[in-house]
Amino acid sequence: MRHTISVQVENKFGVLSRVAGLFSGRGYNIESISVGETLDPKISVMTIVTRGENQIVEQINKQLNKLIDVIKVQDLFDVDHVEREMVLIKIAPPQEQKAEVLRLAEIFRGRVVDSSPKTYTIEITGDEKKIEAFLELVKPMGVKEFVRSGKIAIAREKSKG
Amino acid sequence: MKVSGAEIVVESLKKEGVTHIFGYPGGVVLNLFDYLYDAKGIKLLLTRHEQGATHMADGYARSTGKVGVALVTSGPGATNTVTGIATAAMDSIPIVVLTGQVPTMLIGNDAFQEADIVGITRPCTKYNYLVKNIDDLADTIREAFHIASTGRPGPVLIDLPRDISAGMGNFNWPEKVQIRSYNPTVEGNRKMIEKAAEEIAKSKKPVIIAGGGVILSNASEDLRELAELTQIPVTTTLMGIGSFPSVHPLSLGMPGMHGTYYANMAIQESDLIVAIGMRFDDRVTGKISAFAPHATIVHIDIDPTSIRKNVHVDIPIVGDSKNVLTTLNQIVKAGQKTQWGEIRKAWLKQLDDWKELKPMCYRYSDTIIKPQFVIEKLYEATGGDAIITTEVGQNQMWAAQFFKFDKPRTFLSSGGLGTMGYGFPAAIGAQVAFPDKTVIDIAGDGSIQMNIQELATAVVYELPVKVAILNNRYLGMVRQWQELFFKERYSHSHLNTVPDFVKVAEAYSAVGLRAEKPSEVEPVIREALKTKKPVFMDFVIDWKEKVFPMVPAGAAIDQMMFDEEEPKKEARHKKLKAVK
Repeated sequence: MRHTISVQVENKFGVLSRVAGLFSGRGYNIESISVGETLDPKISVMTIVTRGENQIVEQINKQLNKLIDVIKVQDLFDVDHVEREMVLIKIAPPQEQKAEVLRLAEIFRGRVVDSSPKTYTIEITGDEKKIEAFLELVKPMGVKEFVRSGKIAIAREKSKG
Repeated sequence: MKVSGAEIVVESLKKEGVTHIFGYPGGVVLNLFDYLYDAKGIKLLLTRHEQGATHMADGYARSTGKVGVALVTSGPGATNTVTGIATAAMDSIPIVVLTGQVPTMLIGNDAFQEADIVGITRPCTKYNYLVKNIDDLADTIREAFHIASTGRPGPVLIDLPRDISAGMGNFNWPEKVQIRSYNPTVEGNRKMIEKAAEEIAKSKKPVIIAGGGVILSNASEDLRELAELTQIPVTTTLMGIGSFPSVHPLSLGMPGMHGTYYANMAIQESDLIVAIGMRFDDRVTGKISAFAPHATIVHIDIDPTSIRKNVHVDIPIVGDSKNVLTTLNQIVKAGQKTQWGEIRKAWLKQLDDWKELKPMCYRYSDTIIKPQFVIEKLYEATGGDAIITTEVGQNQMWAAQFFKFDKPRTFLSSGGLGTMGYGFPAAIGAQVAFPDKTVIDIAGDGSIQMNIQELATAVVYELPVKVAILNNRYLGMVRQWQELFFKERYSHSHLNTVPDFVKVAEAYSAVGLRAEKPSEVEPVIREALKTKKPVFMDFVIDWKEKVFPMVPAGAAIDQMMFDEEEPKKEARHKKLKAVK
């Protein structure tokens, strides 16, 4: 099962490597990880996407909690939440498909953030499915490279009750 | 008023109650050593290797319950502590290791004697620090001791760049320590404890498995109260030895790979396991899928990650063993009057039958020294009033099987990591804490050579540690596996030239004694115990002797092998000696 885990940590140096080391040292799998500051600059939030049997994910949650620098662990698996990911895609479409690329970007509410005589760089934000769908559509049109941000997630307010 | 970083470090250690540091100097810690030169109320013991220093701090911590401290230099000094730190981590032992580091401005430059020790030790410490601001020193040391000694204890490392220990800063000792992200659960959930009490009352064939957590939380008395009150037999894991008296009628000895027949049978037949401060190590469980097939499992542990890590647990109780057992005992006592003796009668009878059927025993010989005989004699000569440390391998198992322990903190052994070379420095650390106690390292001829240099430390500080070397000229446990599972192909387990340990001892100005015949064993032990100096006792033992019972790796724990083949070869001097 795939779990998105939101982890509040002390914003200290070495914390990312403690978290990453926990996964690598125990053979757990990280699909994506993203880190950023919060309202309180002394606290960062890591959004970790991982996959494993229930017992493994239970261990991951417990092990994360055990790390001294971890303040709070929230597994969003059973929590109503919003997920977003961003991708930057550099495309060099043939002349006749340039308009199509721009049209698709518009449908997906993307933005062209850079352009050159031969390429567009497009930013798309959304959940994973949306990003996958866009990538599928533009792949035949000459994608040169893309970079994904990894997922960030936040629990919906009403579900906190 | 500003004071030196070195002064802040040493005075902070004193505030933490540290009286002894085990250490080794080097370039970037010279300011610290200079301050220690005439510091009052704190003593540094110079070891002969940094690994020795960490094991000594560990032995000191295990025998006292206090935090052990080591101080070493950067680079190789720091990397030499890694085995000692990992040893302490696996067995949850509170130590604080202070390492020197190159000056802050040189970090990352591949400077002389630079090692990223914080990076290297991240997976084997409970926590570690690189101090980058001198004003953080006191807080860091306060926190380090707090983290090392609370919750599930463990090693903490503090890396001190030279400019931090050499610079000047403010010394404000924090009276309180508050870490918002670190709040171990000490009290167990009462509902769960009540459920455990119900299971105890319901069960017909219960077993307690007590581990090192019982010793770490000083819960031995509470364990005994529970066992006696509810008439539940107790098996103690290697780390739990001493948490319950091995001569107690309810004691089953050690479970697992080299456990007793009756402990393993009891676990396999039980309908309830109460696991306290233990973590279901593979050496205890054997084949997981065949472990305790009929049992409901209650698991008490302060570390939530230990619960449901290896085995399925029905009633998890996260908390300190001492607190949980206190509550559990109260609930049991307040509950319905139960005729415990009556409801356990059949089960205890079954256990007695198993004890009778296959007691712990070995084949005595009057021509060749059996290692188990040496350990029995050590027990007799000390009356059990000793701190025993062990190395790792056969010596460790025989010590665990044949010495009898009735008090906690008297059996110090590297259980999790299985570190050869642990026992001798650990014995020195324990002797520092208890100068008047008998401290004996039960060693093999392989293991003792892994930290033999520390004999100089013992001699210089007049620490009368005794080392019983069970000398079989082999890495005995490796040889045993090769004999049983590798068609007697003894690849690199024969040590060939073992040094003359008597002469080694003498070369270090210690005392060396040797026994080659069974009749010489007792006189050698008596002589050693009389001697007020460190003594190496070289016991030339039967190299063919193996550790039994034995559960082959990967087998269920009731699939035990016993000593059966030998009678054919040596039928003449056979006398089975049962050990109660």
